[in-house]
Amino acid sequence: MFQFLNTLLIGITSGSIYSLMAISIVLVWRSTRVINFAAGGLALASSFVGASILEKTGSFWIALPLAMVAGAVFSAFIEYFFLRPLLKRSGDKGSEIFLPIIATLGLLGIIKAILSYVYGDEIGYLPPPLSDKGFIVSGESIALSPMRLLILGIVLLLMISLTLIFQRTNLGLSLRASSFAPEISRLAGIRVDLIRTAGWAIAGAAGATAGILQTTNGSGSVSPDSFEFILLLVFGFVAAVIGGIESLVGAVIGGLTLGLILAIILMYVGGSLVFIAAFVILIVVLLVRPQGIIGAKGGRRA
Amino acid sequence: MLKIENLTVDHGAIRALHAVSFDVAQGQLAAVIGANGAGKTTLLRTLSGLNKATEGHAHWGDHNILHSKPEKLVRQGISHVSEGKSVIPELTVSENLELGSLWRRNRKESAQTKNEVIDLFPRLGERLSQRADTLSGGERQMLAIGRSIMSKPKLLLLDEPSLGLAPLVIEQIFQTIRDLTTAMGLTVILVEQNAMGALKIADIGIVLNLGSIAATGSAAALKDDPAVRAAYLGF
Repeated sequence: MFQFLNTLLIGITSGSIYSLMAISIVLVWRSTRVINFAAGGLALASSFVGASILEKTGSFWIALPLAMVAGAVFSAFIEYFFLRPLLKRSGDKGSEIFLPIIATLGLLGIIKAILSYVYGDEIGYLPPPLSDKGFIVSGESIALSPMRLLILGIVLLLMISLTLIFQRTNLGLSLRASSFAPEISRLAGIRVDLIRTAGWAIAGAAGATAGILQTTNGSGSVSPDSFEFILLLVFGFVAAVIGGIESLVGAVIGGLTLGLILAIILMYVGGSLVFIAAFVILIVVLLVRPQGIIGAKGGRRA
Repeated sequence: MLKIENLTVDHGAIRALHAVSFDVAQGQLAAVIGANGAGKTTLLRTLSGLNKATEGHAHWGDHNILHSKPEKLVRQGISHVSEGKSVIPELTVSENLELGSLWRRNRKESAQTKNEVIDLFPRLGERLSQRADTLSGGERQMLAIGRSIMSKPKLLLLDEPSLGLAPLVIEQIFQTIRDLTTAMGLTVILVEQNAMGALKIADIGIVLNLGSIAATGSAAALKDDPAVRAAYLGF
């Protein structure tokens, strides 16, 4: 019984981190119609920034928000200087539709190369700011630790903030309108280009948070060729697809679903199958329900 | 006043508009009519900054409006309601309306304009929290016009507001457009395939044929000109 409960707790925690990464991918997809594989590299770079700040200040509470700001700036930079000129030039004929995706893959490589150049073999440390020892329930240690609770709290706080931004603010309305109907939005006076950059910035901040939480929840350190971040990117992408790629709520549901399934496989089947399982889930979703588990055929959701 | 001189627009190798010139005085309702492919939609899209002009000039008051972006032209009082009920189906009626006044960054004024629009279209007021895709065709057209009014335009560009609507609803929409023009002192360019309906409410008419102006004049005169009727209006 405890083992099953622990599996669920582990699944929900890692799933909430995948949700953040999925949100990052969904936000970029909605605003620019590009699958941003560079999101993994941006998260990695932001986590390095976080680790450097943590080293200097000793405070996780300063490192996390500054890393989010760095993620937002990196992401906006990439949209403005790389994707925008590229999309202006490329059309939608034949192989041209693949240009942006290949470009983001290339950017992923470039970001990792830059990090390798700057940091070399250095490793950034992001140890858990709170105890990762599980709480004791009736004499047994469960998988819920103060650190895991903190992760869930941070993710929940970000989701609530994002929901409020998207549903209650002018920026949120502009973001939704621009992604659904760019032309009508421009005719209504929205500066769609600017809003698009803002969307990328929010995506970058979400990705940075995912990167930092993934590191503290995992090995506690980042290196330029970290496999953990490739996993984060892949799992975030799969979670986004499960959720229907259009929807923020879907991204959260997709992330939690994936986290739970992978935790169950890890616990009851074997660790070596986790990576493969993510791809199997991706393929099954694409075959059985390509619109995602909450996506409706024909209609899009806010 | 809107002054268009020698306006020429190309879509790739195809010339969509050729040396089109006409004026619309402040407060006038101009009907632009003509068959499919005459260049009516291109004319509006060029005036609102969505399409680029190859040659010519267009001035709205002191502003040279060619080569400007749509979001900038909105700030100069030009609002374009594009073809096919230009609303965002995923957003609520209320959000669609608010969208039109976001750029002014004035919540109080925006709320006030919203109340005026709701007075104008009470049906929208009853459906504020519904998604726009639950509306009927006529209601969507009202919403599109309402969203446009939210930006407090001086020059309104309307592309086929009657498209796909029932005859009774068309009559109602046309009457609303006429009333709005007079009440708000708007200058309006109304692009229509429904030539008869448009000329009935318009002050002046412009007949386009294959990208060039075939006839202009007062709406009443055009409506009654047998040559124009036979050649371009089909009635």
